[in-house]
Parts: sequence; C-alpha cells; structure tokens
Amino acid sequence: MHAESQIREPLIIGKKTYRDISNDIIAPIEGKANRMWYFLFTIASLAFMWGIGCLSYTIGVGVGAWGSNNGVDWAWDITNFVWWIGIGHAGTLISAVLLLFRQKWRMAINRSAEAMTIFAVLCAAIFVTLHTGRPWLDYMLFPLPNQFGSLWPNFNSPLLWDVFAVSTYATVSIVFWYIGLIPDFAMIRDRVIKPKMKKAYSLLSFGWGGSARHWSRFEEVSLVLAGLSTPLVFSVHSIVSFDFATSVVPGWHTTIFPPYFVSGAVFSGFAMVLTLMIIVRKVYKLEAYLTVKHIEYMNIVIIVTGSIVGVAYLTELFVAWYSGVEWEQYAFLNRATGPMAWAYWCMMTCNVISPQLFWFKKLRTSIAFTFVLSIVVNIGMWFERFVIIVPTLCRTYLPSTWNSYTPSFIDVGIFVGTIGMFFTLFLLYSRTFPVIAQAELKSILKASGQEHKDLAAKHAHEDHH
Amino acid sequence: MATKQIIHGIYSDEVPLLEGCKSLRASGIRVKEVYSPFPVHGIDPIIGVPRTRLAICAFIYGITGLSLATLMMWYMMISDWPNDIGGKPNWAYYFNIPAFIPITFEATVFCAAHGMALTYLLRCMLVPGARPKNPDPRTTDDKFMIYLELNDEQSKKADEILRSTGAEEVNYKGTIHIEPAY
Repeated sequence: MHAESQIREPLIIGKKTYRDISNDIIAPIEGKANRMWYFLFTIASLAFMWGIGCLSYTIGVGVGAWGSNNGVDWAWDITNFVWWIGIGHAGTLISAVLLLFRQKWRMAINRSAEAMTIFAVLCAAIFVTLHTGRPWLDYMLFPLPNQFGSLWPNFNSPLLWDVFAVSTYATVSIVFWYIGLIPDFAMIRDRVIKPKMKKAYSLLSFGWGGSARHWSRFEEVSLVLAGLSTPLVFSVHSIVSFDFATSVVPGWHTTIFPPYFVSGAVFSGFAMVLTLMIIVRKVYKLEAYLTVKHIEYMNIVIIVTGSIVGVAYLTELFVAWYSGVEWEQYAFLNRATGPMAWAYWCMMTCNVISPQLFWFKKLRTSIAFTFVLSIVVNIGMWFERFVIIVPTLCRTYLPSTWNSYTPSFIDVGIFVGTIGMFFTLFLLYSRTFPVIAQAELKSILKASGQEHKDLAAKHAHEDHH
Repeated sequence: MATKQIIHGIYSDEVPLLEGCKSLRASGIRVKEVYSPFPVHGIDPIIGVPRTRLAICAFIYGITGLSLATLMMWYMMISDWPNDIGGKPNWAYYFNIPAFIPITFEATVFCAAHGMALTYLLRCMLVPGARPKNPDPRTTDDKFMIYLELNDEQSKKADEILRSTGAEEVNYKGTIHIEPAY
C-alpha cells in the first residue's frame, strides 16, 4: 500500500468499501438498460446500418461513388481515417504512458479509454481497407508469397509502414486491454447468479484466480506492455503523418508533421474520452469514481496538447514564409484565404482558441462546459485533417489541374455509419464489460479514497496536538 | 504417507493479511499461496514468490521480431526482387536501412507484446474454459485469503496466528495425502 500526500484530492469519493466498488461495476451488467440506453442504441445502430448500406454500395460500384476526383484523390476517406486513428491514441496514452508516470487517476478511465481505442481503430480500418478501391485485393498489402513474379510490397513506402503500424497497434491494444480485463471478468464470474452469465464470464475470465504468483506476473506484463505501447503509440501517428510528409506536395512536405500529428491525436482522443466518460458516469452512476478532478486532469492534458497543436499551426505558417518556397507559401495562403477558408478558420477557432478557455478553473471543472468543448475539439480536429488534405489537393502545382471538391452522400453516409458503429459498440461494451478497472481501483482505495484520506488527515491533526 | 490439512485463512484487508503472512513465516510455516482481489504489494518476498522472468522473455521475443523483420525485408527488397523505387538504393541492405526502420520497430513490438502475452497466459494456465483457480469465490471481490497445507502440529499453530492477526474466518477444507519423496 502506498501513502499519498494529503494535498492531493481523493480519487474515490464517499464511503466506499471493496464490495461497493464491485457492486457499482456490476450494476450496469446485471441490471436492465434504461430508456436512454435503448434510445441511444437505436439511433447509433440505425446510423451504423445506413453506413453499411453506403459501404456496400461503394464495394458494388467502386470508389467513383465518392466525391473524390482526379485531383482530389484523397478526401473524406483519409480525413476520416486519420481522425479515427487519432481518437484512438488517447486510450493507449492513458493506459500506457500514464501507467509509466504512475498517475493513479488513470485507473478510473483507462478501461473505457482502451475500449474506445479499439473501436476507433476498427472505424479507421474501414476507411483504409475501402479507399484502395478493390478491398478484396487488400491482402496484397501483406508480404505474402505470391505468383505475380514474386511481387512484394514496397517496404520503402510509408503507406506500407502504415499497414504494419496500424495492425500492430490494433492487435497490441486488444491484447493489453484483454490482459487487464481478465481479473475483472473473474470478479463478475464469481458474483453473478444467472447460470448463463456465469458461464459466459467463466469463459471470458480464462480461469483467473488472483493468486500472488499470478498477480506478480500480471503486474510485470502490464508494465512491459505499457513500455512497449508507449513508443508504439508515438510511432503510429508519426507513420500516419509520414504518409503526407514524405510526399512532394506543398503543404504536406514538412518535418513538423510527426510531433504535430501525435499531439493532435492525443488532443482529439482526450476530447473523445471526455465525451464518453461524461455520459458514462451519469448513465451508470459512477460519479464517485469519475470525479470532477478526473475531468480537470483530462482538461489540463487538452490545454497542453491543444497549445502544442496551436504552436504547430503557427510554425507551419512561419516556416512556409521563411522558406521562401513559393508553392509552400501559396499552399498556406490558399488554406487561410482560398475557397475553403471557412474550414481553416473553423479549425483555428475550435483547436487553438477554444481549449485556451480551460485556463479558467471554473470552466475546466464545469461538466456541462467540458462536454460541449470536447465535441467542439473533435469537430476542430476533423477539420484539421480536412484542411490538410482537401484544399491542398484542390490546388497543387499546375493551375490547369485545379478543381474543387464536394463529398457525395455516400461519403457522408459511410462517415455517419462509422460514428454509428463506434457508439453501437461502445454502448454494447458498457453493458457487458466492467467499464472501470475495478481491481486497480480497489488497490488505491485505502490511499486515495475520500473516507480514508479524511481519516488519515484527522490522525495527522491529532498527532500535532 | 503424510496427511496434510488444507486451511483457508480469510482476511478482509491487505494490511492484516501481510501481517499474517509475516507471522506465519516467522514461526516457520510455509504459506502455500495467497489469493487477493488486487495485487498486494510487498507480499512476494514474504511468501517466497520468485521474481518473474517474463520481461526476459519479452526481450527475447523482441529480438526475434527484429531479426525476422530484417530478414524478411532483406530477402524481399534486396535479394529476391530488387526494384528501383524513387531512386532509393537497393543494392545493399545497409544503404536502404532508413526506409526499413519503421517496420523493424513495429515487428519488434508486435513479437515482444504478443509473445509475452501468450507466455503469460500459458504460464498462469489462463485459457478459455479453464476452471476458476481461486478456492473461495469471494477472493476476487473483497476478501483476501492465505492458503495453507499443513500437518496437524503446524495447523494448530497456524490457526492461532491467523486468528491473532485478524483473520475473519479460518476454514478447514479437508485433508490431502502427500506421498513422501524417496
């Protein structure tokens, strides 16, 4: 048991026992869903089905169904891919980086943040598999022995690095998540009464017993996986940015891209975690574990990463001017003042100005304000990717190839569909999985729980007199 | 043939559990196993759990991944079918290496993470359908258990120690017969 400074605010509010934590985590799994859940689930799954329709149509007739054209050959697909992958980054960051930094507040949010990562990566995967045009040939992305005169994929290409990075990231995230889930599934297995549920959670918990030997190995695995995931999460978005940065397109060919993309990813990911967690704490009555302090901590990460993103935007402008490269200068002039300037200024407002409001303590501890701002940030981050991709491709080197871009309803449909899929999966997850890493939470109850902190403070006070 | 008594000492918190383990060890009684709802820090040296070697495994898997990726890319890009792609050097692995670093890294992480996770699951015999390994289902919720296998003489002493260090229950779960080692 570790001791914690009295200055730190408690991470678990109220008089909770170990058993209370178990009960609170099991409640949404054993209980019946309320109307709100069914309402949200209906909307999400309808959107998901609409997306499946648009997706099938694309597979049927080809990517000509999209708004992409000869000049703008990357548009909504890659915008959405980068957006989703970016959102996923917060999960790994919370569970891996914050574990290495021993931030105890991660314990209330890491499980759901990792679930969010996995669902977001699935959404991203839809766009990359589809944008190749013939998704049934996507196996050619992998280095499989073949009969095309031994035609191997090109290992010099960042697009192939991306295939490896995203698939490694997806599978390692799932493993990291599941290893952490096993003890919590075991708790549910030992607590539920219905035989079918018992059987299901028995299968899921892999026979976990919680012996000292197993816990010792569990902690080692968690630590090493966190150590491996930390560089992994930085590498994934860096490699996504290489897709752009290694090209010769003005506005893309910049060395600032990797750190700029990674901080943008963390920025949007934390915003999405906030959106989800604010709903989850309310719907499942988990306010004692997901406290205002947790929200404040996440908002601080948003200020930091949002400011890095802001500095990156300004640096881009400065370097474009300072480089003296006409094309580079025009790319940014076009973004800020061209026909799609509205998207640029929308991005600037949402990503640079709005997070700065969190400097006010009143605003960053306001749940309603945080909820609205978390959505604003994600809109802004979507526009960031849109601005990088579309206005740039609309006006490249040859003015004779300049054209415009409008998404087709299929583009919009697939995007709406992935949002539907994301929320469908998250809603199902939140009713069947332990949404908080309860074993980890129990381990900090005696050090960071409000009741125990108050008690310790009282003792310290008495000792002085 | 020796007969041993199985004893479950149930505690409601980690601090008395640690005290119990320390006292048992001090009087020369071997703590066979401890079951808890979360990792109890500092218990490993007390009950004699050796440090796990899983991290070493992860390192070996990582090196394997690194070597496999290197071998694969050398074979495909340099040896089997060298292609001139954007003027990038393809006559020696060494010259083309900057382009191969990202995938080498990803493969290292891939093998280290999955290899370690699989080793962990198999080492703990955690597989789908395995029977729950905790003798008392309450130990995944809010109880902490010291599991002992002792002969009659030691049982009496252990019972006293367990109760005096704050065990809520001391349950006798029958006996097992152990063949003496020749």
